[in-house]
Amino acid sequence: MNQGSLFKDLMLFLVFAGVVLAAPVLLAPLGANYPDLLQKFAIFGIFAIGFNILFGLTGYLSFGHAAFLGVGSYASVWVFKLLSMNVIPAVIFSVIVSGLFAFLIGFVSLRRSGIYFSILTLAFAQMSYNLAYSVLTPITNGETGLQIRQLAPSDRAADYVLNLRDEDLRILDQAFGVVEHGIPITNLFGIKMSGYPGFYFCAVLLILAFGLSILIARSNFGMMLKAIKSNQNRLSYTGINTRPYLIAAFVISGMFAGLSGSLLAVTDPLAGAERMQWTASGEVVLMTILGGAGTLVGPVLGATLIKFFENIFSAINDNVLQGVYSFLPDGLREAAVAVSGLFVGSGWHLTLGLLFMIIVIFLPGGLMQGFELITGRFKRKAKAETPSQQSKQPAE
Amino acid sequence: MENIVLHVNDVHKSFAGLHALSDIDLSIREDETHAIIGPNGAGKSTLLNVCIGRLKPDSGSVVFDGVTLTGKKPHEINQLGVARVFQTPEVFPDLTAIDNVMVPALAKRDGAFKMSLFKRLSREKDLRVEAERVLEDLGMADQMQQVASEMSRGNKRRLELAMSLIQKPRLLLLDEPTAGMARHDTNATIDLLQKIKAGGITTVIIEHDMHVVFSLADRISVLAGGRIIAQGTPDEIKDNPKVKEAYLGEEQV
Amino acid sequence: MDAIFLQILNGLDKGGAYALIALGLTLAFGTLGVVNFAHGALFMLGAFCTVGFNKILTLEKVALDPTKMTAWGTPLEVRTPYVETWFGDFGAFLVDYSVPVSLIVVIPLMLLVGIAMERGLIRHFYKRPHADQILVTFGLAIVLQELIKHYFGANPIPQSVPEIVSGSANIGSWFGLGDSLVYPWWRLVYFGFSAVVIFSVFAFLKFTTFGMVVRAGMFDREQVSMLGINIEKRFTIVFGLAAVVAGVAGAMYTPILPPDYHIGMEFLVLSFVVVVVGGMGSLGGAVTAGFLLGILQSFSSMNEIKSILPGIDQIIIYLVAVVVLLAMPRGLMGRKGVMED
Repeated sequence: MNQGSLFKDLMLFLVFAGVVLAAPVLLAPLGANYPDLLQKFAIFGIFAIGFNILFGLTGYLSFGHAAFLGVGSYASVWVFKLLSMNVIPAVIFSVIVSGLFAFLIGFVSLRRSGIYFSILTLAFAQMSYNLAYSVLTPITNGETGLQIRQLAPSDRAADYVLNLRDEDLRILDQAFGVVEHGIPITNLFGIKMSGYPGFYFCAVLLILAFGLSILIARSNFGMMLKAIKSNQNRLSYTGINTRPYLIAAFVISGMFAGLSGSLLAVTDPLAGAERMQWTASGEVVLMTILGGAGTLVGPVLGATLIKFFENIFSAINDNVLQGVYSFLPDGLREAAVAVSGLFVGSGWHLTLGLLFMIIVIFLPGGLMQGFELITGRFKRKAKAETPSQQSKQPAE
Repeated sequence: MENIVLHVNDVHKSFAGLHALSDIDLSIREDETHAIIGPNGAGKSTLLNVCIGRLKPDSGSVVFDGVTLTGKKPHEINQLGVARVFQTPEVFPDLTAIDNVMVPALAKRDGAFKMSLFKRLSREKDLRVEAERVLEDLGMADQMQQVASEMSRGNKRRLELAMSLIQKPRLLLLDEPTAGMARHDTNATIDLLQKIKAGGITTVIIEHDMHVVFSLADRISVLAGGRIIAQGTPDEIKDNPKVKEAYLGEEQV
Repeated sequence: MDAIFLQILNGLDKGGAYALIALGLTLAFGTLGVVNFAHGALFMLGAFCTVGFNKILTLEKVALDPTKMTAWGTPLEVRTPYVETWFGDFGAFLVDYSVPVSLIVVIPLMLLVGIAMERGLIRHFYKRPHADQILVTFGLAIVLQELIKHYFGANPIPQSVPEIVSGSANIGSWFGLGDSLVYPWWRLVYFGFSAVVIFSVFAFLKFTTFGMVVRAGMFDREQVSMLGINIEKRFTIVFGLAAVVAGVAGAMYTPILPPDYHIGMEFLVLSFVVVVVGGMGSLGGAVTAGFLLGILQSFSSMNEIKSILPGIDQIIIYLVAVVVLLAMPRGLMGRKGVMED
């Protein structure tokens, strides 16, 4: 990755911000302009940006990042239950909690590198998932998942601990005299966080996260992370203690994951253990490598594409397919429907797995690398006219 | 008495009962270029690894500038002012030459860890000027923006030297800097090292090639069978019968 | 005393499954240097080969018996598996013994799957970074499990054991420990089976020239290649062998735990932990750690222990892995130089 100039980075940031804010208009022709989906694009974009700070810059492949996403969700729902339906405390608390959690896991996992690191993170995530399902049921509400409820009647507030699964407290909201009718909706100082306002809240955070990732990639710190990926052993003989750099990168990316988990709860206030499963960890890996690990825009692009196609593919069922293939004769149509049916609807995961393999096999640098290859070909043609190109040093 | 930078005191090291190093006493003086030579298997690499703390000696100690190096981590030793150049060039293959040099420059200025998340690397003007100068000195002005993995072996070697030199180390350890090079490149490397020597850096060279050693070293220690069998100026070593017997005889210098 | 004995037994069959999967993982890693995240999927494929075999065997012919009437006055439907109508008693025997008999199908199928996987995919990843190997096999694991889900559904499919071993063994009386100690026969069979497979693999590697070359190759690949031995071809077969071991482990496990499509990933994560604890690249370590962790897991699920440390059974294996990795980075029996930085 070249060290872009400040001006170029600023332009990239502004264009990115513009595209994100205009997404409801830009994506309208694709039919992907409804808030629920747009929120997902932004949320998983943040998740992938954070994952990329670890994997893209340092090369450390974590298979447990979904754990931080899950922790972020649980933390937010608890803040909704205990303090306030305002999203600001929830988001802040989630980022802090997932950062602490990431520090604990990173501190241990980063004692090792390579595949050991991948396996350790996978084991930790699986452990968190098991815990969320079983022992930690008082905190996570097990299989049912954690949800917000109606306020506890004020006379019972003293023994709230016993009833928290069924009743909420919202101390801050009560202190400010917020009146609730039924189950409340998350809000930002009164603006309801569903629909487009919810999307724009996520979008602003996505833009901030993207800006932060540019800053990190161009910073001294980011250069050290790239040096770790390039040759960690040499780096320590260069006088750098690589471990704190890695832990810092791990915690930062865990906090990004916590933020996206929190936003999932903001837009839909419930949290379940399945968010922590290894499939979810695998999904963010795929988003990142699909777009291009180590690139700035790639992870967001990958996250958007995956969520977009997930949305389209999952909605297709056999009836739709029958319609699509209606021009075919009967026998052929059935066959075509049967084969296509494998990949759509609940078979979306099969498509995901195949996509995973195809990307790793044919385009390990992701789509951004693909674009570069294509544009690079044009550039090289233009460059071939000028002799300024560096000739390779003759080998000795 | 001149200043002693590195002191190897009575070091013993054995692997599974085999004595790799015995009774090693070695003092590296400030500003000298000290060569350690010896036939293959004499224990040169073991000695170097003991010096940089990679191997722990069974007994004895390695003291650099009053600080014991044994048991220290690689980055701690570097931060004390010991830089090392590897036998096969070790660089950051994915980074450009200038970035390869910027990394050790940052390590020198900011220490082993600094959380500079928002400091743009491109705004480190002073360090960049310095890095460019070091690369120019080593004849790499044209390769500054080249990615290291695309470089020839000779250029990687020069780049690695640049990475060490920018740190202005108090002690530079070179592990067979001409290993695997053709005569022409060896001569180029000697010129380069002589330039560095003129700059006044205490250097320890581990080398197999006599030509290199005699053109560079102020003093030479000859290692054979894990012991130092002779020590002295190049002229003294040339005439030493023990050395001839153990080593030079077979090489026909 | 009885309880402890029972827990050890409980751990043995689960540990056997871990050990068999870990053995294959280690073989593949040691020979090909490939980290195979699809190895759990091979365990699952083996299990579903058995399920499929059983389904085919129990395809039923529906006949109407006009002499008997149902309560609704329609002729009674008589369902008999085709194999019974064709082969009579032998057919009934086949249906009864479908799980062990399915091995006849599982072994060649899994060998083919393993070889195809190595030739078609893994081979192209020898020289790629470990991260790429992990990712591509991870993708393959998803594909395989989703295919199985598509054809067999998402629900676990129970399999029955042969009549003769369907009961429980009164183990207590064998050792004079009283009648309270009983244990399902099939689980004993599974333990015995896994022990036999493990010993066969070790014997194969130890006593055949093929095995000797493979072991030498695991130790120093370049050296063996320099001897002019075509190590690649042998490694392909070793990968097939690893697939067979995982497959039969899954097939025979079906009566103990009804398989569903994500059983593979569950066992894979645990088996990775087993490999890491045992020491990457050490076959003996993989087997030892497999049984150890299996037993440890069953002990931690004892009520006496769960009442002190609730939920410990869910996380004990991971905790042990973390402790072992931090205290002994190479695992219990890891060799120096394997997968080190």
